[in-house]
Amino acid sequence: MKQEYIISAYSENHIGLLNRITIIFTRRKVNIESLTVSESALAGISKFTIVVNEEKGKVINIVKQIEKLIEVLKAFYHTNEEMIFQEIALYKVPTQALMESDQIEKMIRSHNARILEITKEYTVIEKTGHKEETQALFDGLNQFGVLQFIRSGRIAITRSPIEKLSEFLRERDALFSKLEAKEK
Amino acid sequence: MTTKKEIKNSPKETIEITGSEAMIRSLVAEGVETIFGYPGGAIMPIYDALYDFGHHVKHVLVRHEQGAVHAAQGYARVSGKVGVCFATSGPGATNLITGIADAMIDSTPLVCVTGQVTSGLLGTDAFQESDVIGISMPVTKWNYQITSPDEIPEAIAKAFYIASTGRPGPVLLDITKDAQFGKLQFAYEKCTKIRSYVPEFPTDKKHLKKAADLINSAQKPYLIYGQGILLSGAEKELLSFIEKTGIPAASTLLGISALDSDHPLNMGMLGMHGNYAPNIKTNECDVLIAIGMRFDDRVTGSISTYAKQAKVIHIEIDPAEIDKNIKTEVAILGDAKHTLRLLTTLLEEKKHTEWVNEFLVARNKEEEKVIVHDLNPSKPGMTMGEVVRLSTNLTDNKAVIVTDVGQNQMAAARYARFSQSRSWVTSGGLGTMGFGLPAAIGAKFGAPEKEVILFAGDGGIQMTVQELGTISQEKLPVKMVVLNNDFLGMVRQWQELFFEKRYSFTEITSPDFVKLADAYGIPAATVSERKNLEAAMKTMIDAKGPYLLEVKIEQEDNIFPMVPAGASVSGCILGTDEM
Ligand SMILES: Cc1ncc(C[n+]2csc(CCOP(=O)(O)OP(=O)(O)O)c2C)c(N)n1
Ligand SMILES: [Mg+2]
Repeated sequence: MKQEYIISAYSENHIGLLNRITIIFTRRKVNIESLTVSESALAGISKFTIVVNEEKGKVINIVKQIEKLIEVLKAFYHTNEEMIFQEIALYKVPTQALMESDQIEKMIRSHNARILEITKEYTVIEKTGHKEETQALFDGLNQFGVLQFIRSGRIAITRSPIEKLSEFLRERDALFSKLEAKEK
Repeated sequence: MTTKKEIKNSPKETIEITGSEAMIRSLVAEGVETIFGYPGGAIMPIYDALYDFGHHVKHVLVRHEQGAVHAAQGYARVSGKVGVCFATSGPGATNLITGIADAMIDSTPLVCVTGQVTSGLLGTDAFQESDVIGISMPVTKWNYQITSPDEIPEAIAKAFYIASTGRPGPVLLDITKDAQFGKLQFAYEKCTKIRSYVPEFPTDKKHLKKAADLINSAQKPYLIYGQGILLSGAEKELLSFIEKTGIPAASTLLGISALDSDHPLNMGMLGMHGNYAPNIKTNECDVLIAIGMRFDDRVTGSISTYAKQAKVIHIEIDPAEIDKNIKTEVAILGDAKHTLRLLTTLLEEKKHTEWVNEFLVARNKEEEKVIVHDLNPSKPGMTMGEVVRLSTNLTDNKAVIVTDVGQNQMAAARYARFSQSRSWVTSGGLGTMGFGLPAAIGAKFGAPEKEVILFAGDGGIQMTVQELGTISQEKLPVKMVVLNNDFLGMVRQWQELFFEKRYSFTEITSPDFVKLADAYGIPAATVSERKNLEAAMKTMIDAKGPYLLEVKIEQEDNIFPMVPAGASVSGCILGTDEM
């Protein structure tokens, strides 16, 4: 059964890693619903967060293939329930519309959104939330004509108390010492 | 012709040299003795440096870059070392891709070095610029573009470490011309660790114990092994394992030669054109022990009917192979040699006489229905099987057998006999026609003391036949047998069996192979009658230099047994009458 999974991968910050990772999906004809890459809590280590709608078996296979890449430290997969996640959206609406009624203002309040910039011509509104939430605000604002709209890829964090990566790096250090011991 | 420059053996001391010289010195530091390659504009500085180091490293000039990479593969397979090849940018580099893909799927360690346009021109569609990093990404274990001379030693050290450790594979280094020309302070240090890469995992003792319990209590245990045995050098450990436990064993196409063909527990080969017993017994055993193999679809047939009755134990170095195709009861991550050694100590001494006998009964069935006719044909036309068997009989099962792809390959896999490890070279996962001839060149450089015999089809040999030029220039004593059936035989077989004999574009003509060889100065002969075969084969084997023997084969012979595509291994058939 297909469902949404969040794949997180930690890698060295090297040229070409994004390409190496995405071709794993392309080859299996799996569509990437959303993707974000940025530096993790540890300097020099990038974190990829990739959302797919797929069967579990395929996701496991993909995660193993990602992990097989030389420069990838570790990859995980989670269901939405296992993670806390957010997306951010920006909306540009005509300032005129904001002036003419209090509807937009009410919407901003009720959606917990905020205004980033107001000029004579346009106002930029920002909202973070799940896709349904950012979409709901879009649908609301669009009654007044949204001039521009952009939604980010998903970022996500596990519900476990410690960052998985630091746990993992500790394990890996232990593994390397074990392997070195075997060689001796 | 070269000049001589000495390499002093003090790796700690740094010297100022060019990137090109650093490249050659780094390769020498990695123990490289043979490079297969072809020059061109973007790699000229490296070739210039090579001119000074001919006494440290031998360069073999091929006739096409595909030849270079297949030769490097053949070299790696027989020697266990990393195969190395050079090509220029653009077309030189793209010509390598087939071989790199082949090495990737067959886990062959390679380091391929390609020249690249000057770094300032990258991305400008410069002359002979192609995005080799992008193109080779999906078919390399790792690749890297070097744009500055001081990256060279470290990149090479990493390349060799990655290519040769864990599950081996091809690595490509693309080096811009300015990085070859530029200078650096050179010192070489081998790579021993990359924090993001774990070549092998330590053996999990719990899983080991669980596997041992399963094997000890099994009534009908069956061991199947792949190239992992050869790659980890676990031949002895495999032997101890089966001899202690009395468990019958069969090999994948790439595992051939890891176990003596004559060993009483060696049941032969698995797969689509494998032996009958190994295939059908897969669906009758109670514990299936798979070592260093990946359950390729040519081995499993239909997955949904594969070994459903058995508890599967998978010993494998690559975590991505575990549970990929076949769900396991116990998976032990790790290298085959180490794992087998530990596992064998936990096993009870046994003899599974009745169970082994069941294999022999099935073997007899294949013997009667297939093998007798292949080896002692009643028809006048020669079979591939008899030619292959004669060659290994005449060489005491000690020759390195290299094949191309198609019926010739399957006949060689089925009828060649082996007594020595790493004496079988074939293109498995990719099934690359044209692999054979250049791979045989590489194999001869990798094992000069051994007889190297190539079996190729009339179709496949024509895909890389230009490498006769390399053999000629090197005066390389490779023995080549062209099994000529005037057809793209394997495809014709499928057309006969599954496409109502509609022979669509599988009739193929060939040049006069004797004249062709003669044009290259290579002695050759052709045989069309059985009575002349043995003498002709002896002449070939006795030849001091290269020799080509064309054997005219019965045109429409088929390879059996066969597990038809998508069928179950228990549906392995022995002839057309069973279809
Ligand atoms: C590069 C490449 N192209 C096409 C094929 C498909 N193919 C597999 S076997 C075969 C026929 C090979 O004919 P030949 O070399 O004469 O060998 P035979 O089967 O007759 O022994 C073909 C065309 C392939 N494996 N590789
Ligand atoms: Mg043929």
